Amino acid sequence: MTQTQAATSGSLSIPALLKRNATQFANKPAYREKEFGIWQSWTWSEVDKEIEALALGLLNLGVKKGDFIAIIGRNRPYLYWSMVAAQCVGAVPVPVYQDAVAEEMAYVLGHCGARFVIVGDQEQVDKVIEVQENLHQFEHMIYLDPRGLRKYDHTHLHQFSHVQDQGRAAYNELINELNSRQDVLTYDDPCVMLYTSGTTGKPKGVVLSNRNVIESARNSSEFDNLGPGEEILAYLPMAWVGDFIFSIGQAFWTGFCVNCPENPDTMTQDLREIGPTYYFAPPRVFETQLTNVMIRMEDAGKFKKRLFDKYMEHARKVGPALLDSKPVSMGDRLKYWIGDKLVYGPLKNTLGFTRVRVGYTAGEAIGPEIFDFYRSLGINLKQLYGQTEATVFITAQPDGEVRSDTVGVPCPDVELKIGDNGEVFYRSPGVFVEYYKNPESTADTKDPEGWVATGDAGFIEEGTGHLRIIDRAKDVGKMASGSLFAPKYVENKLKFFPNVLEVVVFGAGREECTAFINIDLAAVGNWAERNNIAYASYQELAGNPQVLQAIQDHVQEVNESVAADEMLSGCQIHRFVVLHKELDADDGELTRTRKVRRRIIEEKYADIIAALYDGSESVSTTTEVTYEDGRKGSISATLQIRSAKVLPVGQKMAAE
Amino acid sequence: MLDQTDGYTTADGRKIGGVVMEMKNITLRFGGVTAIEDISFDIREGEIRAIIGPNGAGKSSMLNVVSGFYIPQEGEVWFRGSPRPPMRPFEVARQGIARTFQNIALFEGMTVLDNVMTGRLTHMNTGVIAQALWKGKAEAEETANREIAEKVIDFLEIQHIRKTPVARLPYGLKKRVELARALAAEPKLLLLDEPMAGMNVEEKEDMCRFILDVNDEFGTTIALIEHDMGVVMDLSDRVVVMDYGKKIGDGTPDEVRANQQVIDAYLGVSHD
Repeated sequence: MTQTQAATSGSLSIPALLKRNATQFANKPAYREKEFGIWQSWTWSEVDKEIEALALGLLNLGVKKGDFIAIIGRNRPYLYWSMVAAQCVGAVPVPVYQDAVAEEMAYVLGHCGARFVIVGDQEQVDKVIEVQENLHQFEHMIYLDPRGLRKYDHTHLHQFSHVQDQGRAAYNELINELNSRQDVLTYDDPCVMLYTSGTTGKPKGVVLSNRNVIESARNSSEFDNLGPGEEILAYLPMAWVGDFIFSIGQAFWTGFCVNCPENPDTMTQDLREIGPTYYFAPPRVFETQLTNVMIRMEDAGKFKKRLFDKYMEHARKVGPALLDSKPVSMGDRLKYWIGDKLVYGPLKNTLGFTRVRVGYTAGEAIGPEIFDFYRSLGINLKQLYGQTEATVFITAQPDGEVRSDTVGVPCPDVELKIGDNGEVFYRSPGVFVEYYKNPESTADTKDPEGWVATGDAGFIEEGTGHLRIIDRAKDVGKMASGSLFAPKYVENKLKFFPNVLEVVVFGAGREECTAFINIDLAAVGNWAERNNIAYASYQELAGNPQVLQAIQDHVQEVNESVAADEMLSGCQIHRFVVLHKELDADDGELTRTRKVRRRIIEEKYADIIAALYDGSESVSTTTEVTYEDGRKGSISATLQIRSAKVLPVGQKMAAE
Repeated sequence: MLDQTDGYTTADGRKIGGVVMEMKNITLRFGGVTAIEDISFDIREGEIRAIIGPNGAGKSSMLNVVSGFYIPQEGEVWFRGSPRPPMRPFEVARQGIARTFQNIALFEGMTVLDNVMTGRLTHMNTGVIAQALWKGKAEAEETANREIAEKVIDFLEIQHIRKTPVARLPYGLKKRVELARALAAEPKLLLLDEPMAGMNVEEKEDMCRFILDVNDEFGTTIALIEHDMGVVMDLSDRVVVMDYGKKIGDGTPDEVRANQQVIDAYLGVSHD
């Protein structure tokens, strides 16, 4: 309760929390970044000084109250400080995905009318310069890394450290202005604007207030007992709401330390060096890590392999129970303890998970095997369900009630209800203010009573009160026979095979289901290497008959398990094709958070879909691809179409 | 300060200074074979100078003359305004000249970091014993040198392989590590022997950017040999073209492109 009072009595904004931390945790590390091979760190009082200097520098450049400041770059302390400095001067930070192509960036910058842009390096500077002609409000750009930028015209371009220096120089003139702007920040002022990646249409700017962010950070920190001693590794995109809440919201609320990797490629090494206590990753990261472990174990010596297999089997049996404090026999405990010394401990150390106290995964469903693998090692991995509009948290799994097939119970202060069509609605203090300059969408999503539609279909499990998500509400449809069609349900089952990276199932309004499948290059490539199968490209590997056979076996296995479910037995995959290219966000086939954009894929590959349904054996196709620098090329291929065995559909068919 | 006469400004606005190194009528023979015949050209401070030519034109021999590895039978090499006496390679390195090799010459069993640190060797003054005992100035010296090595690693974006043995790296990264080692020596003149040979398009683009950034960031003068005409024309300020040991062209990329002799050497001449 004391913290709640603090929230209402003084700390009504992130800058106010910064002032509190600068006194309360003055000499405690707040941010670390590895640079030149050494972890550099800043204490809360140093961070306060850095942010103040930058805020003064921004005033000096003429930032007005209510301006939008776009922030583009990889996770670096300076960019986090930029967000807070923007708030200090009454502006609204707008983090933008750094790998967005120029066109997407132009839309976002134009939509919010950013007058200032703070970027990481030359790559981002070039991108903004490329699109700036159409941005009427754009005035100044600030960059962090001066490399390669010496020759650029610096009339509207400033180096980050110079802006800070100018701010420090103008301290006496501007400090009163800065203080007065900070003092008027209220609980309902905008804290940040985040663009949703949008599975459909243009991205929408979600405005979150100080209330949304601080209340959510407080509730979630209390839910998991997060304290100032936590360490996190900030490596997920800064434009994603989760990173904002973890690396700014919760970090400023509890005063814990945010560590930034040296560069994106060193993430795994940095993870190991930091050993975070609180860790978040989308299922894909856990999947990749598990795949890597398994590949390395395949290459390990016989003795090690046997040791690993023996003790992992034991861990799967008793690990999750131990984690949930359920009764386990003395013998099993002893064996687990030995296993911990020999296998689990060293493995966790290699993965960087030795100290993880609370781990979350969200965004997509996680495979039960992957989930159990980590939990059996003694890593407290849990699931949460959330979205940008809710300031992340809708439901989360409390300690001791963790299962792979639910997303947990409502977070503190969150109310849930299920609509008539099965759609999940919620109401909480984290509910967003509005979509910027888009009142129609705001009204569509949020009703006057504050209930927000998630767009996901699900149900609340009787007895436990846990929420289970089936699929996107708009994707759940009916097949021609009238039986229920839930593509995600089938896709997830297939994606749990390490060989399969991505699946798209079609079948709404049709007689039978078909699927596109992407193989996982790391897993299948390793398998090919071990079996002396030569391949020159992704395309060639994807078309290999043995690979196709392996995928077919997976599909048939999934069909068996789908057939067992009465409601969804119609969703068995009759025919499938292994795609010649990976589905890619640059081609618009996935969102930046790697969710499948069905409509676009359906349009783009209409020829292949037609072939899936007309019974042909193979199909020739040419696909346009976009390279990262925006240039376009094309790939052509002849794809084999395979038919998979299906089981007779249960007798309770709706059509009969 | 070098003589600044004839300094010029490049198309993208960089100021090119006086002559750093001048080749005066160089002739190099191996027994009866004349590899280089009476070639003269200069390299100016701050420029990117390319030497191009078909296979066997004598490009690598020329670079070896510049680096002091070969001593020409005739002609003089002038460095910073005075003739350079015959030198051994380490003496050349001390003058501030560093190079990379066409067929990567790294220490395969050592890590990337250790390889880059070897580039600092000419800057280390403490003895073997002091370094082994980690006494006195040796520690401070290593720290200072490590800092420079780390800055180069950061500059070339090879942090993720810092502790990886070189033998395990793919070809493109090895090339980058070699450049890192050369840069660690903080050279005034950097010689690159086919920095982009055997690379794919993406690796070539990366390498181009690094070369331009090195030139821009540290003001390093760069002389390079390259096969890929597109790369050369984009990258360099002035180009020397060689064919059968003779110089057949010298000038800006545009001038060279328009030179009939160069066109003949590259496309062949019909003999009928």
